[in-house]
Amino acid sequence: MSVGLLRFLTAGSVDDGKSTLIGRLLVDARGAFEDQVSAAQRDNERRGGKGIDFALLTDGLKAEREQGITIDVAYRYFSTEKRKFIIADAPGHEQYTRNMATGASTADLALILVDARQGLVTQSRRHAFIAHLLGIRHVVVVVNKMDLVSYSQERYEEICREFQVFFRRLDPIDLRFIPISALLGDMVVQRGPNLAWYEGPTLMETLETIEVDRREASDLRFPIQSVNRPPTRELTDFRGYMGRIASGRVRVGQPVVVLPAGLHTEVTRIITFDGDLPCAVAGQSVMLTLAGDLDAGRGDLIAGIENAPAPRRAFQATVCWMSPRPMKTGTKYLLRHTTRRVRALVAELHYRIDPNTLEKQTGVSELRQNDIARVSIKTLQPIVCDAYRDNRETGGFILIDEANDTAAAGFIEPLPPSDWQPVVHEEVKDTPTWVGRDI
Amino acid sequence: MSETWTHLDALEAESIYILREVAAQFRNPVLLYSIGKDSSCLVHLARKAFYPGPIPFPLLHVDTGYKFKEMLQFRDEFTKSIGARLIVHRNEEAIAEGAHPLKLGVARCCGKLKTAALLQALEHYGFDAAIGGARRDEERSRAKERVFSFRDAFGQWDPRSQRAELWNLYNGEIAEGESMRVFPLSNWTERDVWQYIRREKIPIVPLYYARERQVVFRGGNWIPIDSPADVQKGEDPVTRWVRFRTLGCMPCTGAVLSTATTIDDIVVEAGAATRSERETRVIDHGANTMEDKKREGYF
Repeated sequence: MSVGLLRFLTAGSVDDGKSTLIGRLLVDARGAFEDQVSAAQRDNERRGGKGIDFALLTDGLKAEREQGITIDVAYRYFSTEKRKFIIADAPGHEQYTRNMATGASTADLALILVDARQGLVTQSRRHAFIAHLLGIRHVVVVVNKMDLVSYSQERYEEICREFQVFFRRLDPIDLRFIPISALLGDMVVQRGPNLAWYEGPTLMETLETIEVDRREASDLRFPIQSVNRPPTRELTDFRGYMGRIASGRVRVGQPVVVLPAGLHTEVTRIITFDGDLPCAVAGQSVMLTLAGDLDAGRGDLIAGIENAPAPRRAFQATVCWMSPRPMKTGTKYLLRHTTRRVRALVAELHYRIDPNTLEKQTGVSELRQNDIARVSIKTLQPIVCDAYRDNRETGGFILIDEANDTAAAGFIEPLPPSDWQPVVHEEVKDTPTWVGRDI
Repeated sequence: MSETWTHLDALEAESIYILREVAAQFRNPVLLYSIGKDSSCLVHLARKAFYPGPIPFPLLHVDTGYKFKEMLQFRDEFTKSIGARLIVHRNEEAIAEGAHPLKLGVARCCGKLKTAALLQALEHYGFDAAIGGARRDEERSRAKERVFSFRDAFGQWDPRSQRAELWNLYNGEIAEGESMRVFPLSNWTERDVWQYIRREKIPIVPLYYARERQVVFRGGNWIPIDSPADVQKGEDPVTRWVRFRTLGCMPCTGAVLSTATTIDDIVVEAGAATRSERETRVIDHGANTMEDKKREGYF
């Protein structure tokens, strides 16, 4: 969003020292308060430990502190002179992979921790793959516990090579490596005396200076959240379309199309509490008014005329299955995409992807928790979407099961061309015509 | 992105989006209004979200009977000035029984006057979503909370089976009797709140500003004294320059020594703070932790 704000995810296996690293960042950057640090210290001493165990600072739930593992994503906040940071601290335990995807969905950068003694393990591959799936374009591999391998440069370089080989099979991203000891603080905020052979920036320097490539989609996408029709007499005919600009920019006078109906109209006002705006950009929450008396509401999408997406009822997607209840083809779900909510079913299960080898496994009959797979989805009502790789906001969806639980996260794959054309309405007061069935 | 787009703009836009999602996804939402600075921010954001229309849900204040006079006066004036609909709910039965933290202990007193009162009100009015001003930076169990946080039919939170929450796709699906707690300020810090109050010129209760007040030093906190009855045996009320970083019930809210008399002073103080604001809240420090209270239905 703003240059001053970096949202990053931390992922690692159990015992990689992730909580220690975050505790170190928070304490050294003064992101933790003294009373919170001393409470964590008291907790540690109560169970017979000495000094501060940083993990007790970040593990917020009793079960986590008792079992010494992180169960759920915790969000932590700190800022330095240069930047404000939001950390999504994701658990490493395999069964909680869904929480890592949760944390990754709003992150710009992923810190993947590895234990220098272990190197690349199954969990690291899974984390790297999920970060990649969620479209994170900056990955910093933090090789921790360098103190336990005698600060060996050779070992560090060996791990870097392993990761490079793995990442070569995914789309190109900005991949960086840093050797650290979270416990002793080497190369976290201070350089420390032990890693003189490493000439790159410390972890904190990297986080403070990295320029985030958000490759923001430039086409206007404005999902309508709801219609504002104030119950006051002076605003009787007022209809404001509330929403947050998902991508691109909008200006007063701009010709737009309301989808999936395909109604052409024009933006007449951009309203905010602080006054009308001549234009607004991605990220802003505004209210638009449109020319004419349209039938538009929650779940509809306002797009620019250029590159307007076609409504579709069938598409392919990669899904990350999160529910403990397995998925079988043909089961019905609620699909939430932008502000739209439609009935959907998984029509076909093409293959499952092994996050370890990236191998495609065909002939799979069901998906279990933490499985990642390529599927075909059909929806009862059309959705208006983009491919996830082109637009994170209009390319992602969730599936909700009968128990109202969020069962899966989905990423829409590149869409085949469509011959759908929006219809220009000369008389916008007409009942909107539903045209252009999906391919 | 324009040069002037700051982190406060980003936080504001996100919170407005969340508030609008609540209005769109629920039948009968309510905004929990505690009169404190976070609530003041929340109400301000709600006004912005639905402008030029009114806020499409009422504000609910759970009154324990131990709130500062200045808070109640501010509540009535502020809500009237913005034309908001205010509901005040008290657990009259517990108040009539004379519930007091010194008599019942802090945990039980909070349980009756706050948690039980809140659940009573939610049930009485049939609210299916309750919007609160809690922030993840406040306390470690709150750091784990979703923006849309599901509550079962008993109003309880199960932190081990929270719904996955991806991107800004908030799953508000609930069955009859169940409800959602929603936290639009999840990603704000205390500093952000103060900076935003300054930028937007949001009115706040005067207790946040330092002046000379009568206090006693009790359990590591400076506790305000409003009447002679508040003084316990062996305590010696003194006059100090103090202010409140957070506002709760009088017997359980400590003041901090401060000379910050303007919003600029407070922003500077919040930026330099080395101790968390919850430290002055007696309720956070018993054997009954925030996580326990949250599981039972506390905010």
